[in-house]
Amino acid sequence: MRIKSQRDFWSGVMFFSIGVFFGVGSRHYSIGSSAHPGPGYFPLLLSIVIGILGLVIVVKALTLETRDGEPIGAIAWKPLLAIVCSIVVFGVLLPRVGLGIAMLLLVGGSSLAGTTFKWADVIFASAVMTAFSWLAFIWGLGLPIPMWPSLLTD
Amino acid sequence: MDLISNLALGLSEAVSLVNLAYCFLGVLIGTAVGVLPGLGPLATMALLLPTVYALDATSALIMLAGIYYGAQYGGSTTAILINVPGEASSVITTLDGHQMARQGRAGPALAAAAIGSFFAGTVATVVIAAFSPPLTALALKFGPAEYFSLLVFGLIGAVVLASGSLIKAVAMVILGLLLGQVNTDTISGTPRYSFGLLELTDGIGFIAIAMGIFGFAEIISNLSKPEAQREVFTRKVTGLWPTRKDFGMAAPAMLRGTAIGSILGVLPGGGAMLSSFASYSIEKKLAKDPSGFGRGDIRGVAGPESANNAGAQTSFIPMLTLGIPSGAVMALMIGAMTIKGIQPGPQVMSSNPALFWGLIASMWVGNLMLIILNLPMIGIWIRLLMVPYRFLFPAIMAFCCIGLYTLNNNNFDVYVGAIFAVAGYAFYKLGCEAAPLLLGFVLGPMMEESLRRALLLSRGDWTTFLTRPLSLSLLVLSALLLLAVVLPTIRQKREIAFVED
Repeated sequence: MRIKSQRDFWSGVMFFSIGVFFGVGSRHYSIGSSAHPGPGYFPLLLSIVIGILGLVIVVKALTLETRDGEPIGAIAWKPLLAIVCSIVVFGVLLPRVGLGIAMLLLVGGSSLAGTTFKWADVIFASAVMTAFSWLAFIWGLGLPIPMWPSLLTD
Repeated sequence: MDLISNLALGLSEAVSLVNLAYCFLGVLIGTAVGVLPGLGPLATMALLLPTVYALDATSALIMLAGIYYGAQYGGSTTAILINVPGEASSVITTLDGHQMARQGRAGPALAAAAIGSFFAGTVATVVIAAFSPPLTALALKFGPAEYFSLLVFGLIGAVVLASGSLIKAVAMVILGLLLGQVNTDTISGTPRYSFGLLELTDGIGFIAIAMGIFGFAEIISNLSKPEAQREVFTRKVTGLWPTRKDFGMAAPAMLRGTAIGSILGVLPGGGAMLSSFASYSIEKKLAKDPSGFGRGDIRGVAGPESANNAGAQTSFIPMLTLGIPSGAVMALMIGAMTIKGIQPGPQVMSSNPALFWGLIASMWVGNLMLIILNLPMIGIWIRLLMVPYRFLFPAIMAFCCIGLYTLNNNNFDVYVGAIFAVAGYAFYKLGCEAAPLLLGFVLGPMMEESLRRALLLSRGDWTTFLTRPLSLSLLVLSALLLLAVVLPTIRQKREIAFVED
């Protein structure tokens, strides 16, 4: 059988799997009865509905003709990885090395996702953002965000 | 007239030098936290709650209220400029507001949002003064079954306003509802889907989802396009101010938005947010040519922005007249009143008239300050958009990451944001619209609670939703709304089928 819409087929698969995932998960909680719905009642109900919708979308993707097969297209690995990794690195490092260094790596890392990468731009942008964040969050709102590596301040 | 003498009393209270100062402080802080994604009005008000001890009760409430509606203003600025809804109620503003900004019309979008909010704020102030008692009586008629049906109506509205496939939009709403199930069950206290992570027992943060999907994933998909095709911001900025034609289109939308917001705001729960969704779908339905919606139609900014501001204000009604909080923010206001030894409830109006009417009048004064504060800012905001994208996107990243960290002052939300960045990119690739997901997520817990309560009350009888007249009419309305969208699609399909024959 030929897939008539790649995009719909895979979204259907996604919704169906999500339904299975949450549906199986809801079995860990008491379902109760309609008269006394438990914590698992609503999630189970939703899982069933989303599972059915997923199947309908899959069937639709296999039967309804589309003009170009609605391809998903190439995945932009470079921006995807650069952006997601920069966010995670920022999360890991901020409490440990402070705002200055974490910000430089965040701005530098995410700039890798773009088409042009210049060190001068990165340093300039991270300096501006660090100054702004310090002004707004640390000085202005008094939030406990570390500015410097914990080794230096201890 | 009672109304006028009451408002006069309130105004004289609100324009005292001290109260003016606290009102200004409130709206200023509110705008700031609204613009900065992450720290919301709730957290800010909680931080400032101890200052209530030092202040006079009226001043304290005026300041806290100022933070609340100031944040609504600020939230829409972020939504328009960088497509990240600063507050839950500005999700809708991203749809058309950000598109306008990309077309070089950020100025008219910001102005429409500000003017709409001010107009709605003015009307809502009068509505609060005139209709508090009757509106409260209406809200009291809402039992769990009515709530559930109202939420169904709101969610159908969200589905209708999605521009892509209807069935995928429904699935996205349900996915949102499911994500909203990651929390501690309010009735039994069972933590659900937390995978043993303490952070998840409070639920996934709205801001983490919004930033992941609307902020990060948007950047990834922008960067994945070749530079020439990248539809980011045009260099050409056309006008800071809405044109006569813009005004002509925006004014009726503002009027309708204000009316919707004033009514829905009274209902406990996400009144302000629900009303912005309702207003958007109504504008889209009423428009002669709805094709511009989602591509930068000024009505899609003016209507919802007026609705959410009106809703934010009328949500004070149940709190002031019944002592029932319509949400976490109002619960905090009640907390502040009890700190000052005032028991919220119907008697406040008679026992503390200066406080009651002073607070109401201060809302209008605060809205006036907000528009004076915000209109000149438009020029500055627009200049921000002139920054080349290679500087702008790392800056947005930095802004969002810091915002995520400040949510709970730990890095957990930053990781959640990263996960939703991947999910958001997948949704983009698969052609699934994300706005319905966000609404489902926000309304999920409320929907579950009202469903379970309604079923408990009816002893498991599902027909309770159809036998109660208010609930039935809401469900009929939702069905009609759905039909209105499905029918044209069927017709189109048939036309295509005929062409192929």
